[in-house]
Amino acid sequence: MPMVEVAGKSFEVDEEGYLTNLADWTKEIADYLAKEEKVEMSESHWEVVNFLREYYEEYQIAPAVRVLTKAVAKKLGPDKGNNKYLYELFPYGPAKQACKIAGLPKPTGCI
Amino acid sequence: MLHIVNKSATERNSLESCLRMATKGSAVLLIEDAVYAATQGSAAAAKVQAAMADVQIYALGPDLDARGMAARVLDGVKVVDYGGFVDLVTEHNSCQSWL
Amino acid sequence: MSDMMDDMDGGEGVVKKFMFVNRKAPHGTVYALEGLEVVLISAAFDQDVSMVFTDDGVYELIKGMNTKGIEVKDFSKTYRALEGYDIEKLYVEKESMDARGLTEDDLIVDVTVLDSGEMASLMAEQDVVISF
Repeated sequence: MPMVEVAGKSFEVDEEGYLTNLADWTKEIADYLAKEEKVEMSESHWEVVNFLREYYEEYQIAPAVRVLTKAVAKKLGPDKGNNKYLYELFPYGPAKQACKIAGLPKPTGCI
Repeated sequence: MLHIVNKSATERNSLESCLRMATKGSAVLLIEDAVYAATQGSAAAAKVQAAMADVQIYALGPDLDARGMAARVLDGVKVVDYGGFVDLVTEHNSCQSWL
Repeated sequence: MSDMMDDMDGGEGVVKKFMFVNRKAPHGTVYALEGLEVVLISAAFDQDVSMVFTDDGVYELIKGMNTKGIEVKDFSKTYRALEGYDIEKLYVEKESMDARGLTEDDLIVDVTVLDSGEMASLMAEQDVVISF
């Protein structure tokens, strides 16, 4: 398994760059993973990333994008729970990119 | 002899065979999906209870916890942790795993 | 590429009745978890999906699992996410619950309890039945 080094500590990631151990995740690792994805983290990005971590804690899966969109709409309102908003934040796919930054595995249902 | 069973009694017959072969004074340790047999209301519970006249039944605690079954264990079944599992293996001269 | 799949929502595809039959206890084998993942993936195709729990499969839905000691993921929580995936048809066979001393109150999600006869009719109506 490939390793990445953040703040002097090394962490295991899979072939696609997803963090192997959810428990390893820190804000610093999120910043590193975001940089790899060429995403500049704003408060709006953090809101989605934190939402995903809560979702995972509750259901033990990373949601498919339409499930994420619906759940975000429910929790944060329809202004944020739509494809346009989420794709603007994470252009290469909110489920894939935001999950990676949140330290979650690749979403189930990602074919 | 310590007998170890890891298959669900409602899916395979390994527990049934084990209980048929277990002689008086031996021990039977239920692990993994076999722990369901040691829970109240299970179809296998009556057989386990009957067997307890001659053999001591143990169930592995972490496997009960993982299956949400810890609160349903039959009276008379001793729950052991991994350390207890090791003790059972060392206390008995031989050990048979019913795969 | 779930992102692309999901963008195809609302297509005029053929909708078939899919039934996923779960007959194995969780953790002891990988069937329960694999079956659940297949169901989650199937949600992307907008089909008419039902999940059935019979025999040891009813053990998959038991409340209050704690898998820390055996160091595996507690995927029982994931059954609660099914609603968000629009998979709301969950059926449990009454005879299987009775044989294990279980009732609906022991389960982590809301289900419809059917007896064997009702389950058989439901199964006969399906276009595709996949068993785990």
